[in-house]
Amino acid sequence: MPMTASRAWQRRTTSTQLAIWFGWLLGVALFVYCWREISAATTWFFVTDSPRVIADIGSRMVPPAWSYVPTLWQPLWDTLNIATLGTLLALVMAVPVAFMAASNTTPNTYIVRPLALLVIVSSRSINSLIWALLLVAVMGPGVLAGVFAISLRSIGFIAKLLYEAIEEIDTTQVEAIASTGASRTQVMAWGILPQIMPAFAGIAVFRWDINIRESTVLGLVGAGGIGLQLQSSLNILAWPQVTVILLLIIATVLFSEWVSARVRHAII
Amino acid sequence: MDGLRPWRGRPIIADPRLRWGLGIGFAVYLVLALGSIEVNWLRVWEGLDRGWAFIRAFSEPDFVSRWRDISEGLIESLTMTVVSTVVGIAISVPVALGAARNLAPLPVYLLCRGIITLSRSFQEVIVAILFVAMFGFGPFAGMLTLSFATIGFLAKLLAEDIEDIDRSQAEAVQATGGSWLQWLNYGIQPQVMPRLIGLSLYRLDINFRESAVVGIVGAGGIGATLNTAFDRYEFDTAAAILIIIIAIVMLAEYSSGLIRRKVQ
Repeated sequence: MPMTASRAWQRRTTSTQLAIWFGWLLGVALFVYCWREISAATTWFFVTDSPRVIADIGSRMVPPAWSYVPTLWQPLWDTLNIATLGTLLALVMAVPVAFMAASNTTPNTYIVRPLALLVIVSSRSINSLIWALLLVAVMGPGVLAGVFAISLRSIGFIAKLLYEAIEEIDTTQVEAIASTGASRTQVMAWGILPQIMPAFAGIAVFRWDINIRESTVLGLVGAGGIGLQLQSSLNILAWPQVTVILLLIIATVLFSEWVSARVRHAII
Repeated sequence: MDGLRPWRGRPIIADPRLRWGLGIGFAVYLVLALGSIEVNWLRVWEGLDRGWAFIRAFSEPDFVSRWRDISEGLIESLTMTVVSTVVGIAISVPVALGAARNLAPLPVYLLCRGIITLSRSFQEVIVAILFVAMFGFGPFAGMLTLSFATIGFLAKLLAEDIEDIDRSQAEAVQATGGSWLQWLNYGIQPQVMPRLIGLSLYRLDINFRESAVVGIVGAGGIGATLNTAFDRYEFDTAAAILIIIIAIVMLAEYSSGLIRRKVQ
């Protein structure tokens, strides 16, 4: 029997191997189709011309217009406020949603829980810029629309992570409190809240960090902050000013990342 | 005064000075921040009607009258999502290998970490504005934007995962005399593959959501249609678009959950 000795080691059976290849084939076909669609919608002249344009914009962006910095403090303050107040507002709204969505604390599994989950999905699917677009149409341009846009967007994120934390709590502690004859609110306050507090604080800081990033662009649709300045500088093609704004945004984002890393480190 | 007092929980911050300092500082900030917001209450009051009209539009969304615009925007968004995710992953994997401290030499590590930080610092829309200025309007700029944003997300998480691998498995492959590529392919790749698939699916989901906004600045996709709908106060069309976005995101989340459970 010389054949059996030469059989090489195989990780998968032939049929799974074939199925995997078929999956790859489908994926590649889908990619090629999508690429053709994009390619058809592209003006290739602009793309082939882009090295020249990039070099041109690059040369216009230096040196940065440092004299522009003082006018940016106010918009930067607005941006920080949009992110911070938006996060706070979202926290207030997300906590009840999270308790309604968690399967162990929800008052009703058939109506309230699906509703809470729908709120979470809707809030998460719609980008803060779209929320801002809508809110600017409703309440007019300004910081207030930005704060609400950030908070509406953040509810889903915070509530989702929080309800997952609530579902993972240690039930023995809750039972211990309940067995003392505590009321529903007392069980909540002494059995559940202390367990989810670290997670809550971590989520809040994490979202605040994300919101700093998001709030830098809300001005593009009129919702206040440094994005407004970016928009107006771009409109008049003032590239040296754009450089300054971008550098300031990087600095702010790095700062917020540092703060949130510090706080999370302190909590955990 | 019999020494009995009600039990109190332990505060989160043990040092009372720090606790009160942070509390007061926060209160002062809140007053300053709230004070600096200018609100035109008259405008808000007038806008409430429009807000109500928008909420009402959700009960009768208009899919029909602008269906051509909506479907074109949707197809553009979906194709952008697919292409940018694939391109983004293809670039992310080498960057992630370079950004893993246990694989890469220091100069490569720093370069790749730099790329990741740069990609993560800017919001997608800012990148989209720059790319539109460079490559012209249309989905190509949007696709590049989303690919660029994918690098920061995927490469960062993947690099952290590579740094956490079980060294002994990789060493076992090295001990058999495998080459560097074989070491990568048999020692490391199987360990991070489930995570890579999970992250890719998650990113596909994010890229679709983001593809809806890059259109606002002219980088293709459903965002442009949505923007026009808001500008014209056609809330019923806007509601239709938002409902479609939510439905697709829900579908994507559900199916990616299924696939992830199968892989892991």
